[in-house]
Amino acid sequence: MEADFFYPEFEVVRNDIKCTRCRVCERECANGVHYYSESGKVMLSDDTKCVDCLRCVAVCPVHALKIVKSNCNFRDNANWSNETIKEAVKQAGTGGVLLSSMGNPKDYPVCWDKILINASQVTNPPIDPLREPMETRVFLGKKPSNTPRDAEGKIICDIPPQIELSMPVMFSAMSYGSISYNAHKCLAEASEKLGICYNTGEGGLHENFFKYGANTVVQVASGRFGVHEEYLKAGVAVEIKMGQGAKPGIGGHLPASKITGDVSRTRMIPEGTDAISPAPHHDIYSIEDLRQLVYSIKEATAYAKPVIVKVAAVHNIAAIASGIARSGADIIAIDGFRGGTGAAPTGIRDNVGIPIELALAAVDRRLREEGIRNDVSLIAGGSIRNSTDVIKAIALGADACYIATAALIAMGCHLCRNCQSGKCNWGIATQRPELVRRLDPEAGCARLVNLMTAWRREIREFMGGMGINSIEALRGNRLMLRGIGLNAKELEILGIAHAGE
Amino acid sequence: MQTITACGDFAAINRTLRESTDDSFVIENCLGERFVGAGLSGKKIRINGIPGNALGAYLNGAEIEVFGNAQEAVGDTMNAGSIVIHGRVGDAAGYAMRGGKIFIKGSAGYRTGIHMKAYRDKSPVMVIGGRCGSFLGEYLAGGAIVVLGMHDDGKCVVGNFPCTGMHGGKVFIRGSLEGARFPSGVTVRDATDDDLSEIRSDIAEYCRVFGIDETLVWSERFTVITPNSSNPYKQMYVEN
Repeated sequence: MEADFFYPEFEVVRNDIKCTRCRVCERECANGVHYYSESGKVMLSDDTKCVDCLRCVAVCPVHALKIVKSNCNFRDNANWSNETIKEAVKQAGTGGVLLSSMGNPKDYPVCWDKILINASQVTNPPIDPLREPMETRVFLGKKPSNTPRDAEGKIICDIPPQIELSMPVMFSAMSYGSISYNAHKCLAEASEKLGICYNTGEGGLHENFFKYGANTVVQVASGRFGVHEEYLKAGVAVEIKMGQGAKPGIGGHLPASKITGDVSRTRMIPEGTDAISPAPHHDIYSIEDLRQLVYSIKEATAYAKPVIVKVAAVHNIAAIASGIARSGADIIAIDGFRGGTGAAPTGIRDNVGIPIELALAAVDRRLREEGIRNDVSLIAGGSIRNSTDVIKAIALGADACYIATAALIAMGCHLCRNCQSGKCNWGIATQRPELVRRLDPEAGCARLVNLMTAWRREIREFMGGMGINSIEALRGNRLMLRGIGLNAKELEILGIAHAGE
Repeated sequence: MQTITACGDFAAINRTLRESTDDSFVIENCLGERFVGAGLSGKKIRINGIPGNALGAYLNGAEIEVFGNAQEAVGDTMNAGSIVIHGRVGDAAGYAMRGGKIFIKGSAGYRTGIHMKAYRDKSPVMVIGGRCGSFLGEYLAGGAIVVLGMHDDGKCVVGNFPCTGMHGGKVFIRGSLEGARFPSGVTVRDATDDDLSEIRSDIAEYCRVFGIDETLVWSERFTVITPNSSNPYKQMYVEN
């Protein structure tokens, strides 16, 4: 009905003098925005279909296009924002749960941006990372609490299995199905070149990617898609997904339309049926039950792989992490509420969970207080945007960081937040062959390697500035951080002093 | 044939099963040792006693026979092989099982066959001699669960909320369904000859394994439950 119509959110502005009618914009837009009018010999656009992905802007050979936010909105209202009204209209028209993608876009405080990093002056001099060795390598896994010796007094070196990373960053879980084959290939190749790991997500491991096993973390979620004995043994670690920052307490649901031939083979489910991951693992209702899944995986992999347990950052995350550390898990991955997703209910994504900065600091403190910090490594994720976020996360207690949105951006993502449509014009969040082809695995891989190489250089610069030559010496080193504009409670939880103190 | 005497250490049992060159084992004195046979292929294991949780998790072709009851999560995420239980089992038997067979002589607990799924030539089958607890076949995505209802405690053959979220596969129930209530997303109807032909060889094997007279099994009618849609949650969302 008429009330359901919105004036388009974005408008295509075309410089008709520059436009050569080459129609490349028409061919490149999977949303069908651009079309050619034979009668008027002119390119026109249906702005209602535009998602602001900027693909047409990038491919227009004469730069004749721009996309602008339209200004035809509901009357200004500080309480009933334009967005809130639109959501109510959409639900009145359909009765559906609002579905969004990518990370929480709301204007919540970002503690990272209110934390400053230290540097050495005069005393304890800085180190020049261009001349002196700087160690950014980390090992994730259980660390021994003592140094056992054999009868002859020699140190027994068989420590629990570890993941070795050349730098404290990994690509976090994105399933094949939610992202394309080529996107997975970029992540796998780049991980191999960089000496880090990518994560399969819960959609199984494509047969062509078993060869990247030394740089792969395989994930087991409640739907157990594609999980079998060889899969568990294929990577360097197995991650149990208990939750995701973008949708804590919510299961996954990949619609049948995205379960195409190859995705179905990798998930080991038939084409045409939905892939439903229930909200809980229905065999895990307690830490004891979690321990059972952890140990069933350890038994099936002969204790050769560290087990990661990934949880969303929720209110009592410190107590939960303490439980996980006692479940036999080797690594805990905590995903903050700004973390991305291929699809999540909007209300959940934008309102459930807590920021990773506070969650990480609280967990690190709790585990130290209980004397079990070395029983597990900590991975922080849920919107780590750049190398400074990595430095701050490590100083707040993380052993390593998970990144995904930054990696997607490196591959071409323009953050239009329309992944759920399956029509990603950049060939990332789609299974349509003609769109997937647009992401060149070689180029995508090279850009990921560039991004991580740049971060690694920056991390070394920061470390040098602080007079630290090993990233492990920065872990939990809160003296290297100061807050700016944070309140006393926030500083207390983060465990850092205010600038000037 | 190698004999393993269980003494409470599941890791030791599994290490022997993995590393031994024997391909056939008897585990004696089993009492609650978990994860027996996890991920195993190509071996035969007889268990005397009561194995603990997650018996045969990720089983990949091995054959396990238990002369006793079993606990929770029998055959969790099993890929191939067989598990035969000469007794009862606890909750979540066959969770996310993708292939192979689980035969249970007695009854099963809650969430039996939750999220079982079929894939290409793999189609898991679970046959339960007695009754099942609540949430039988929840989220069932493929394969067949057969409940024979040959229990004698007079209770309803299924508990509460059977077949909730089912979007593939079939559930067969023998005999009376009195007291059972099914959700609106599934169809409950008399099994046809075509339906039953899918499980005839499994029933025959089940009867042979447990020494049950097959004609007794077929003496009662079977009901079959199928999902109405393979995309039950399609209408729940609106893109925002």
